[in-house]
Amino acid sequence: MFRFEKKANPFYEKDVSGCAVSAIMNTKGRRFSSEGIVKSIANQRDRSNGLGGGFAAYGIYPQFAELYALHIMYQNQASAHKTEQYLDDYFQVEHKEVIPHRHDTVISHHPFLRRYFVKPYPVGEKTPDRIFERLSEDELVIKNVMRINTGFDGAFVFSCGKNMGVFKGVGYPEDLAVFFKLEEYSAYIWIAHGRFPTNSAVWWGGAHPFSLLDWAVVHNGEISSYGINKRFLENFGYNCTLFTDTEVIAYIFDLLVRRHDLSFEMASKVMAPPFWDEIEKMPDEEKELYTTLRATYGGALLNGPFSVIAGFKNGIIALNDRVKLRPLVAARKDDFAYVASEEAAIRIVQSELDRVWSPAGGEPVIVMLEEPAAVPTAP
Amino acid sequence: MALKTYESEFKIVRDDSKCIACQVCVRQCANNAHIYDAEDEKVYADDSKCVNCHRCVSMCPTKALHIEHTPLQFMGTANWTSSAIRNVIKQADTGGVVLTAMGCDKKYPNYWDRILLNASQVTNPSIDPLREPMELKTIIGKKPDKLEFENKGGKVSLKTHLTPQLELSTPIMFSAMSYGSISLNAHKSLARAAFEYGIYWNTGEGGLHKDLKKYKDRTIVQVASGRFGVNSEYLNTSAAVEIKIGQGAKPGIGGHLPGEKVPEEISVTRMIPAGTDALSPAPHHDIYSIEDLKQLVYAIKEATRYTKPVFVKIAAVHNVSSIASGVVRAGADAVVIDGLLGGTGAAPAVMRDNVGIPIELAIAVVDARFRDEGIRNQASIIAAGGFRNSADVIKAIALGADAVYLGTAALVALGCHVCQKCYTGKCNWGIATQDPYLTKRLNPNIGSGRLMNLLRGWSIEIKEMLGGMGINAIESLRGNREHLRGIDLHDKERELLGIKAAGETW
Amino acid sequence: MKRIYISEEYCIGCRLCEIHCLVAHTKSKKILKAFKDEIPKDATAAVLVEEEGHLSFALQCRHCSDAPCIEACMTGAMYRDKKTGAVLHDEDKCVGCWMCIMVCPFGVTAADPATHKITSKCDLCAGQDSPACVANCPNEALVYEDRENES
Ligand code: SF4
Ligand code: SF4
Ligand code: SF4
Repeated sequence: MFRFEKKANPFYEKDVSGCAVSAIMNTKGRRFSSEGIVKSIANQRDRSNGLGGGFAAYGIYPQFAELYALHIMYQNQASAHKTEQYLDDYFQVEHKEVIPHRHDTVISHHPFLRRYFVKPYPVGEKTPDRIFERLSEDELVIKNVMRINTGFDGAFVFSCGKNMGVFKGVGYPEDLAVFFKLEEYSAYIWIAHGRFPTNSAVWWGGAHPFSLLDWAVVHNGEISSYGINKRFLENFGYNCTLFTDTEVIAYIFDLLVRRHDLSFEMASKVMAPPFWDEIEKMPDEEKELYTTLRATYGGALLNGPFSVIAGFKNGIIALNDRVKLRPLVAARKDDFAYVASEEAAIRIVQSELDRVWSPAGGEPVIVMLEEPAAVPTAP
Repeated sequence: MALKTYESEFKIVRDDSKCIACQVCVRQCANNAHIYDAEDEKVYADDSKCVNCHRCVSMCPTKALHIEHTPLQFMGTANWTSSAIRNVIKQADTGGVVLTAMGCDKKYPNYWDRILLNASQVTNPSIDPLREPMELKTIIGKKPDKLEFENKGGKVSLKTHLTPQLELSTPIMFSAMSYGSISLNAHKSLARAAFEYGIYWNTGEGGLHKDLKKYKDRTIVQVASGRFGVNSEYLNTSAAVEIKIGQGAKPGIGGHLPGEKVPEEISVTRMIPAGTDALSPAPHHDIYSIEDLKQLVYAIKEATRYTKPVFVKIAAVHNVSSIASGVVRAGADAVVIDGLLGGTGAAPAVMRDNVGIPIELAIAVVDARFRDEGIRNQASIIAAGGFRNSADVIKAIALGADAVYLGTAALVALGCHVCQKCYTGKCNWGIATQDPYLTKRLNPNIGSGRLMNLLRGWSIEIKEMLGGMGINAIESLRGNREHLRGIDLHDKERELLGIKAAGETW
Repeated sequence: MKRIYISEEYCIGCRLCEIHCLVAHTKSKKILKAFKDEIPKDATAAVLVEEEGHLSFALQCRHCSDAPCIEACMTGAMYRDKKTGAVLHDEDKCVGCWMCIMVCPFGVTAADPATHKITSKCDLCAGQDSPACVANCPNEALVYEDRENES
């Protein structure tokens, strides 16, 4: 079963869910199979209810590393047809295919799933819309993706990064792994999510990870600051269309790190800042820094319980809310890094660990590639 | 003398079985409504003088007193209410303007009472403010859109520095009430409470009394059209400067403090001769357009060497969102919006009761407009006008205000019983008066303590409500209208407020 | 010792101190009963409010450390309480000579015209935590504090 109607409600809506999260990364950028991540997320089956699951994998399209990989789901042929026409107008489509999947699994209903390896047309040549004129390729991709996701009935772009892809849907994550033939991919970062939504408006696009460019975010929690995070982002031109907390988290990362050049540490301190009591006790310079950070980016503070894992081409960042209302465990073994909702989900993959710890509320776990990925950076 | 054709509004009821003829009421009523007859050894009342301020009721040691609205009512109609008739008669008697005070006395819809708050259940734990930190600290002023850092030898430091800001321990301040309209003891109470609680008080347009200079760091000095008491020292004896363009209780008109209320102390503070009328013109005569405002904003910034935020206070009128937007573009660090229900020490009743729009709608449209225009970071929004309790405050913040100003609520904490006779100068509670016999009734030691109690009480309640919503920092509620639902509102009103209807889900 | 002090800038001349002083020195200590049945019409309280124009203050026995009334009292009716240091009056010993009235620099003792005995003399409400005038002053103009040890 999949739901795919765009909601007609003029107000934004947000779904509410509990979840399991997990991520495995090789810090040397070595690619490995999906076996471990599937085991890890399957071990946390209790934390999801079969109404949503998904994976993000980095380094899976080396042959198209320079191109944006658009994963799109369609409700019907008509929406696919219309969207593909639009893609042809705005993108140079180097390659298109059905996202490989099985027909004999427990996942019996699913949308059309296609992927396109594309490059936005350089501005000036074929760009029909002059408003997009002075934008970078990344910005062009974002604008077009947002346009498809808000303006095209029955079409939804759920992944648009380079050399990475998201695979998600309605079902248990381990079943979706079989459905999407994940055993055929190898990646240097795997992120997984199992979902426990509390409302019935379940649809394929609403599953995690939520992705924008090379950001992929999975998250367990409910953001009580959602209303203001969304409006804060609107100030900077982001339209939240997905009705999920995860979406705002991804946009906040994008705004702070990509557009405002904040470091990952600083971005985490915006989302889960130190308490004023702690700031009060800091040396003057630091006090000014954190006071300024909170005063300026108050609208980006994430309030309420959450543990979130965000992936990007050079690594992962995992973060808890400042009072740690949701679980998060991290571990290291040689050049592997692990984060998951539960320690058992790590131990089942690797029982011998160099170090296991439970990060404090608001303390980010940042794991970066030792060498920047063999992935070209966006111009 | 022509016949007076309307009767007293109130009736003083004395329980003779309880009255011990101590005459406390006689001494306490500045309106001389109680009279002692030595021959009879009894106290009598003159109802016509009573303004229903309850001073005598509170002071009577045997609780022998009670004030009623007079049972004598005009026949009237639904349209011709007693007060409508009485006002016509009064004006026929005097040929003058019907004066009044405090806030709007007409039953317009109150939106606070039609907005409901959210709370967490199961999917999101509520937070217990007694056990977990709960942050109300609020920072007022212009914020940059983005921050830049520099990396000095591995150490990250700020490249973007904030312009001057005000730090509040709770998102509440005391709004402008001038020395002249209220007593020095009232000012002392406000200043001391603000100082001790870590918020700010506002001098109003009547200057700053020399005894209060020590509260400088918690003082917002106001510059209004009369420019009373304004000089460079005044501007610099402050934490922030507020330019007053308008007031919610009387948008578009000025003020008039009669000469009788300008004794020596006030004349010195206001820098005008004693005994002369203090007239605030309706507009600032150097501000006839938005660019003139910009000049004044920057003149003040220059005069204070860019060390103080400059606020601009406007009344919530029909065009408030575009006016506020202009104010921000004129350089204001915060825009203060004073709504329809805002109070005053004296205003024509027709102005008070009929001009302006409710603060709830004004906050909502101004905040939305600023976000639309991408200027929300450039100025804080301070809302004023009729906040009665902590729920009103938290709703204002969820609609988009950074902080609120309390005027009437602060005066009520000081003893005011809202009899609306501030303009008579005979306030029995020692607040809106300069009569030394009356002003000493307000002891600033007691007054500041009561104000701090109010701030503490409201802050605790705000923390409880925040925790209930699963939020532990006030900035996560600011403008977060997802936590509000409307009840008994038209679609258009909800659209303007930007809130869903009760019953609608996320 | 703890004494009663007045801040005249906050005394509002309401005279509630006088009223409650009278009540506190009746048997019933209930205001209605006291005024209807117990307190004679011309009774004076041990605290007196002085007033001129808008200025007013309440005054009662200062319990002087060097009390002239004790010096002057020939029967020992005026005496100092050893524990509290308060200057007290023993009505049984009083013979109504009024020497204390003559020597009191503050004029805060008064006599009953009928019995001639001293009947109005502040006793700090006999060791109560807060004397009646202080407890009932609505504006904290009267306070009961030990200022000597502070300074
Ligand atoms: S005006 Fe006030 S003090 Fe005077 S009688 Fe009326 S209620 Fe009592
Ligand atoms: S204050 Fe009360 S008891 Fe005293 S005279 Fe007035 S009514 Fe009577
Ligand atoms: S009770 Fe207090 S305020 Fe009233 S007269 Fe006595 S000392 Fe003054």
